[in-house]
Amino acid sequence: MEGKVLNPTNTSSVPDMLVVSSSPHIRSNESVKRIMLDVIIALVPAAIGSVYFFGLNALKLILLSIASALFFEAAIQKLFKKEVTINDYSAIITGILIAFNLPANAPWWIPVFGSGFAIIIVKQCFGGIGSNFMNPALAARAVLLASWPNIMSNFVLPGVDAVTGSTPLAIMKYGGADAGASATVAQAVQELPSIMNMFIGNRGGAIGETSALLLLIGALYLIVRKVINWKTPVIYIGTTAILLLILGVEMNQLMYHILGGGLILGAFFMATDYSTTPVTSRGQIIFALGAGILTALIRVKGGFPEGVSYSILLMNVASPLIEKFTAPKIFGRAK
Amino acid sequence: MKLDNLTFKGGVDVPHNKELTEKKALEYAKEPSTVYIPLHQHTGAPCEPLVKVGDSVKVGQKIGESQAFVSAPIHSSVAGTVKEITKTITPTGINSTCVVIESDGTNEAYEDSKPKGSLETLSSKEIIEIIKEAGITGMGGAGFPTHVKLSPPSDKKIDTVIINGAECEPFLTSDHRLMLEMPDKIVFGLKAIMKALNVENGFIGVETNKMDAVSALKSVIKPEDNIKVVTLQPKYPQGDEKRLINAVTGRVVPSGGLPMDVNCVVNNVSTAKAIAEAILEGKPLYERVVTITGNGVKKPKNLIVKIGTPFGEVIEQCGGFNGTPGKVIMGGPMMGLSQYSVDVPVIKGSGGILILTEKEALAEKVSPCIKCGKCLEVCPVKLQPLFISAYALKKDFEGSEKYGALDCVECGACSFICPAKRPLVESIRFSKREILAKRKKS
Repeated sequence: MEGKVLNPTNTSSVPDMLVVSSSPHIRSNESVKRIMLDVIIALVPAAIGSVYFFGLNALKLILLSIASALFFEAAIQKLFKKEVTINDYSAIITGILIAFNLPANAPWWIPVFGSGFAIIIVKQCFGGIGSNFMNPALAARAVLLASWPNIMSNFVLPGVDAVTGSTPLAIMKYGGADAGASATVAQAVQELPSIMNMFIGNRGGAIGETSALLLLIGALYLIVRKVINWKTPVIYIGTTAILLLILGVEMNQLMYHILGGGLILGAFFMATDYSTTPVTSRGQIIFALGAGILTALIRVKGGFPEGVSYSILLMNVASPLIEKFTAPKIFGRAK
Repeated sequence: MKLDNLTFKGGVDVPHNKELTEKKALEYAKEPSTVYIPLHQHTGAPCEPLVKVGDSVKVGQKIGESQAFVSAPIHSSVAGTVKEITKTITPTGINSTCVVIESDGTNEAYEDSKPKGSLETLSSKEIIEIIKEAGITGMGGAGFPTHVKLSPPSDKKIDTVIINGAECEPFLTSDHRLMLEMPDKIVFGLKAIMKALNVENGFIGVETNKMDAVSALKSVIKPEDNIKVVTLQPKYPQGDEKRLINAVTGRVVPSGGLPMDVNCVVNNVSTAKAIAEAILEGKPLYERVVTITGNGVKKPKNLIVKIGTPFGEVIEQCGGFNGTPGKVIMGGPMMGLSQYSVDVPVIKGSGGILILTEKEALAEKVSPCIKCGKCLEVCPVKLQPLFISAYALKKDFEGSEKYGALDCVECGACSFICPAKRPLVESIRFSKREILAKRKKS
């Protein structure tokens, strides 16, 4: 070797085989897989709750959704001759979240179609994990809702007999399921479940989004594990609540808005999605504010009773722009 | 003024791994039979040899010098005969002229090595001259000639001197042991720097995971002294010059600027100790404390090693490798330089020799960025490493420059924390080099 003069007296070891690389030479224990596993763990209480409230149909939908998400991810990666990455667990999360957005009596092909759309179009066509600009599960929900609105809005009430009924927010917006066209919303509000049932999840709605309690247990786990921070969901929900009040929603209905319509699921599990939300902390605050404003506006002024999905999806699209304008000030640079 | 548990914004908790050597007292390494002394161990111009083959030299005798201002002379670490003047690769990757000296074992000191007087009698100019003649360079790793640091342009008025005892790199304990065993020398060195710069305020910053060193230092400071020991949160990169200034004084060194732009000068504890020895004993910088550590070495130690001793010999004295070594690093695991061979000499900037096992040296699989934002959170400069890196990997260096690539201090906190194990700082370093090369051309 040129320039080497040291005549090694030490030949006992194998200095020629040393690994040479740029620093740092140690890495943290953090891993993508561990983060994804944490999210899955956080979703488990709500998944168990969904089976408790809606029966084995819920379990069937969850498993179908996960299995098809994994299948489509592996299949498309094989097809495009890319490395199969289903062992990063991210497809499992997409599968669970899609199922969580379905009514318990959805036919089997609904989660399969949803997973296929989410994985193939929204995730893999844009480059796979980390590169998708929209939350795959929410995009799938939007497509399913637009394509099969009656299947997607035909909610089952908890219990073995699978009676269909409206969600609390739909009751407040349009009147109840049993109410005729002439019934007023005020009369229909009588049909609302108790706040306690709203909180626990014993009421009509998509299978995974009804139990605020179980979702919050999972969310707390994610906050403790530092997978998500509390700011985005709290600002999101807070903004929604304040704006709803300003727009004239009565105080006694506010809790229904907070606990219903997938706001808890969306705020803690979708508005905190890494890939589709701003990476800057100021950007995350703007994202949360924007999603909150849109959700309240859609609920009061828009054509849908819920609005969480569309709010987050719209903010997903705005994320790169928000990110650009909220870049942190570099240390030592003039303001 | 707050003096305890200071810190800066950002940074990362790294595993300390200091228990391997933090309780091991300093020991002199075995006398080397032959030393290989590179004449380019510092930032700036390389030295020209002052000796020729066959000359006999003594310990502390100057053997290399340069007329350039930004340079530092090189001294012999042994007494003996110059066997060869040739080339060697230094641990920093420089292909340098190298003086090979065979020791006669007498360790006879050079005649000029005598005490230089007290701080009261020495002028500022004389102190700087002594430091220059002793070949003292920044021993925290950067290797910048100390006399240059102590000669700021006249428009930069220095009012604060900070001695860096943070030692935030995992594994390394050489500064810790020095503070514990030679606190008087470090405080003397600080006083000398303060006198050289005519400065009133002196600080020694130490992380709170070295409270024994804090009390040792405090015990040698007299109440009337303008010197304060401040404790710092153990956080990486707390020892980065600009982070340290920010933590201690609250001042922000401007982008592209130097400590003197906010009226500060920062020196490492080992440098302060070397300054003290140069004045008190007339001893030039020809040996230093090296922590030899890691799971890849049998008996980790803190050794006082003569400059020019091959790494391999030093490792031998620590019981040799513990199994097949994976990586040999000069410095710590966060910013140290991995070596191609153990046939490189210890130089003035070698604070540690870290040996990782084969398993520890394995590169982890890189996966796509999931935009988790952890790299932003830990970046002490508030950069967005994921974007700079993305541009760098696409060879869009203008893009990475726009995102502030040149402000990167290369601490590696981003790469350390990245769950996808992406080469963040590695690619930013690459783009910095490209940007600077392009600037030079145009």
